[in-house]
Amino acid sequence: MAASLVSRLAEHELWWSFKRHPSAMIAAALLLLLFIASFAAPLIAPQNPYDLAALDLDNSELPPIWQSYGAWPYLLGTDVQGRDVLSAILYGTRISLIIGFASVLLSLSVGLTLGLLAGYAGGWIDNVLMRVGDILLSMPFILIAILISAVAREALPPGLRDTLAAPILVIAIAVPSWVQYARTVRASAMVEKGKEYVQAARLIKVRPWRIMINHILPNTLTPILVAATLNFGLAILSEATLSFLGVGMPPDEPSLGTLIRIGNQFLFSGLWWIVLFPAVQLCLIVLSVNLLGDWLRDALNPKLR
Amino acid sequence: MLAFLIKRAANAALVMLAVAFLAFLIFRSFGDPVEMMVNEQATQAERAELRERLGLNDGFLVQYLRFVTNALQGDFGISYRNQQDVMVLIGERFPATFELVLVATMISLVVGIPLGVITAVHRDSPIADGLQLGSIVGVSLPSFVVGILLILVFSVTLGWLPAFGRGDTVDIGWWSTGFFTESGRAALVLPSLSLSLFQITLVMRLVRAEMLETLRTDFIKFSRARGLPLRIVHWRHALRNCLMPVITLTGMQIGNLIAFALVTETVFQWPGMGMLFIQAVTFVDIPVMAAYLMLVSFIFVLLNTIVDVTYALVDPRLRDDAAPAAASGASSGG
Amino acid sequence: MLKSTRLPIMLVAAALLASQAQANTLKWGANRDIGSLDPYSYGDSFTINVLNHVYEGLVRYDRDLKIEPALATKWEVLDDQITWRFTLREGVTFHDGSAFTAEDVVASLERVSHETSPLKGNLPAYVSSAVVDDLTVDITLNGTYPLLLNDLTNIHIFDKGWLVANGAELPTDIGAGVEGFATYNANGTGPFIVEERQPDAKTTFVVNPNWWDEPEHNLTRIELLPVNSPATRVAALLSGEINFTNDAPVQDLARLEAAPNVQVLEGVDLRTVMIGFSYRDKLADGSDNPFKDLNARQALYQAINMDQLHQRVMRGKSRNAGAVVAPQIPGYAPELDERLPFDADAAKALLAEAGVPEGFSFGFNCLSDGLVNEEQFCQAIASMWSRIGLDPKLDVAPRAVQTPKRTNGQTDIYTLGWATLPMLDAYSPLLQIFHSKEGNSGVFNWGDWSFPELDALVQQAGQELDVEKRLSLETEALKIVKDEIIMIPLHQQPMAWAITDEVSEMPLFPDNKPRLWYAQM
Repeated sequence: MAASLVSRLAEHELWWSFKRHPSAMIAAALLLLLFIASFAAPLIAPQNPYDLAALDLDNSELPPIWQSYGAWPYLLGTDVQGRDVLSAILYGTRISLIIGFASVLLSLSVGLTLGLLAGYAGGWIDNVLMRVGDILLSMPFILIAILISAVAREALPPGLRDTLAAPILVIAIAVPSWVQYARTVRASAMVEKGKEYVQAARLIKVRPWRIMINHILPNTLTPILVAATLNFGLAILSEATLSFLGVGMPPDEPSLGTLIRIGNQFLFSGLWWIVLFPAVQLCLIVLSVNLLGDWLRDALNPKLR
Repeated sequence: MLAFLIKRAANAALVMLAVAFLAFLIFRSFGDPVEMMVNEQATQAERAELRERLGLNDGFLVQYLRFVTNALQGDFGISYRNQQDVMVLIGERFPATFELVLVATMISLVVGIPLGVITAVHRDSPIADGLQLGSIVGVSLPSFVVGILLILVFSVTLGWLPAFGRGDTVDIGWWSTGFFTESGRAALVLPSLSLSLFQITLVMRLVRAEMLETLRTDFIKFSRARGLPLRIVHWRHALRNCLMPVITLTGMQIGNLIAFALVTETVFQWPGMGMLFIQAVTFVDIPVMAAYLMLVSFIFVLLNTIVDVTYALVDPRLRDDAAPAAASGASSGG
Repeated sequence: MLKSTRLPIMLVAAALLASQAQANTLKWGANRDIGSLDPYSYGDSFTINVLNHVYEGLVRYDRDLKIEPALATKWEVLDDQITWRFTLREGVTFHDGSAFTAEDVVASLERVSHETSPLKGNLPAYVSSAVVDDLTVDITLNGTYPLLLNDLTNIHIFDKGWLVANGAELPTDIGAGVEGFATYNANGTGPFIVEERQPDAKTTFVVNPNWWDEPEHNLTRIELLPVNSPATRVAALLSGEINFTNDAPVQDLARLEAAPNVQVLEGVDLRTVMIGFSYRDKLADGSDNPFKDLNARQALYQAINMDQLHQRVMRGKSRNAGAVVAPQIPGYAPELDERLPFDADAAKALLAEAGVPEGFSFGFNCLSDGLVNEEQFCQAIASMWSRIGLDPKLDVAPRAVQTPKRTNGQTDIYTLGWATLPMLDAYSPLLQIFHSKEGNSGVFNWGDWSFPELDALVQQAGQELDVEKRLSLETEALKIVKDEIIMIPLHQQPMAWAITDEVSEMPLFPDNKPRLWYAQM
């Protein structure tokens, strides 16, 4: 199955389309660069922004290096605690990407499993799962995420709160978004269920599961791949929004949204670099992901063009 | 038809019961309300007495039923923070959020529809490509970043528009409106712009897709062949066919806009329900959180049900379809 | 339908605008909203300060923070030494027109001292009060007590008839599940009348034309506009949307001063910022508590680079403190104001002496909406502590979330700011913070310490009517606080207000309380 996936992706047509779309190429290159830079952060960042002992107030509020008073190695300046902005962005990007990726992965696996289950089992299981989905979709996404994040933080003892901040965010973002995948897979599973090969598999006592998975997943791969890519961008945005609102990552382990929230307090003090660079970084990531997703949708679904 | 109506209503009621259950769970799991109400000198006996008086010692189901009964009567209790009736508090804030969402919706239609038509009619032209790219940029910019930038440019640097609040308002009955004062209108500009950005791109993309579909139909081809001016064909005949989906989307998105307004309201200190909610979250003011969740979900469910019923009226084939609620899946973000 | 209603509304709006144009409207951008219109419902000095424009006490502080008559014109201590007789001012009326009498004083004192009142600690010596005649009232205390007048500056007087008619004789009880009438209605004797209240958005006050005192202000209207975000507050001030703020962010003062239309009013607050320790046997995570050892407390003290904090975080606007009260406060002594020097090596040695050379982990509880730049100085101090090998776990959240943890003893280390208000005497922190926790004493003794020697001195001071003797007792007690490092004093925090050029006079007070009845536009 994995092989067929790769071969589908590498299909001549898709690659050809990719090469014809400069926006997709630039986005992919940029994303790759950001990925590498942020995951190599411990090696290339001038400072470990999570190490409290490394922060020195004497180096606080330095402007970017090209301005007067800027100082090496603080390329993009420092914040009010003496935290290097570039290092904070690199580490923050890593957190944002991990949370975005993990929440898509989680919602994807939950969505696929429950969708298959609902479609295959039918009956009351299907009914219950789909009702739960309806309920989740009847509340705004951002509201569910805020509530889960806020409730979970309040329910935890203070010591665990910061340690578990990232997993909480992953769940908060994944919970409202699995329904979409589940619905797609369920529809496909219901069609396949009635087909003869499944009936035949039952007769010869082979688990129909495996066969179904092998048939259903490739059928639904295209819409799910597109949705997952776009949801990746959405998840990063959601994480940033939650952190900006103060129910996300804590200030001593800042994600991009936290950095913007903190920097926002100094917007009018002339310390523009504390808020501007993280904001630009966030926009660049989401824009690249969305450009890729947009291209992927058009390329995989020629009818839309 | 009646059966369909009843079914939809029952479905909506079921969803609201489940939302109420969630709200109630939050109510129960969020710390100990007694600790937040009493002052620090209160003795154990006083605390126990208050717990009994609040009914916190009753069984789970009893408490849930009481919560639902009270909620049905619009009684969500007293805000821990403001010590005011929660429904009154939310009612006071509702007009601010509603006006913000209303203006943002208008902007999204007035700007989004023409852009959608242009990108469809001139597809593959540099203008259309640029607009398409612009729409992706539009969905990629976090609305709080947009808000901060708008304040920086138009309030701080240029000093043209206010940075926070609603300006002066006029009361019409219980409804306080900012439409009739100059400062009220000025205060609306930046928040509604930043809220509408995401919605503009949604409308634009929908109009474009629908237009492309319509332009392929024989009806349009025939109109063109008849020699009608292209401008009239595109902007009158083709566009008319796209309006129904746009209106549907707009209707269903209002619930999302109300929810998403909480980000805009936080950035612009806009005294609406969303800011109330965010402050309630930081202050662990649970009655307000529960009431807000119920109210927004109610608006959401109501709009969805109205859209479904309208569609069923227009197209009877949909009446026995089980799952018409799909459109809300692709509708969050920004 | 719109057309038919639109015209009258426009007229109304135009009329409103016209009337506001001639008015002297002070638009006050505060960093937060008041909690309620009921000064007794919320143990919070900002709420009480704002409501002092609507409600008044029997006495008040003048421009020099000396006590002067307000609703009472004179007073005397009767022969039993514990009963005070107050003569009330004639001809004072409440905003609703009813006359001010002794009945009102008794009802108000009973209300604030009721056992459910969050402010009962503000009148610690009160036992009972009685009407002598229409304009005379007797207040009985639990002993000789020198500071009754100071306490009374902050006890606001309600109209008894109004309280009774609206069922508000007792402080608001949230547990009852109903709104308190006084939470959103007000009826005082003060210079301003509440016109409208929208919580978190706007509270408007109009001038009281029948105020008993000669107004020294020329305001006609006050709009209290809560603007939580410091950045937005600065923007609003620069654009003229507000013309006064009592909380200009210190990091933005340079920018505000550079603006042609803004004037910054700066001073040092009376509020002393301190760090407190848990003295319990175990820390919150269950491990042994090293802070019971003086060496450990001193290690944390000497690890703090106060000059750096002063320069960087407080932008040179604070005043580093060695004592737990400001120099202006009676009881202060200069020799107590000497700080232990910053010395990281000595701090490490002290940790070793305390038996924890490799450091340890503890919680550090700070408020996100508390003191000036609190979140920042907490982060900076946490980083200084981690440099001597400690592992502080910073926990920053709003006051409403942190206060229960603090009062329930779930914090290892916490911040506290104390201005001695409204008492303006060292007796206030000695009794409320440093005394052992019993009855009305040691209410803010969140670390649960007990120093019997100190307690004895404080109790003695509380009954000493001779001012000199009382102050020397207080100074002696403060010396114990310093020697034992019961808490670490940090600084007196900066105070910065800002006005636009529309405001011509705005006297700044060291207690950081705006008294708009002295403001001119």
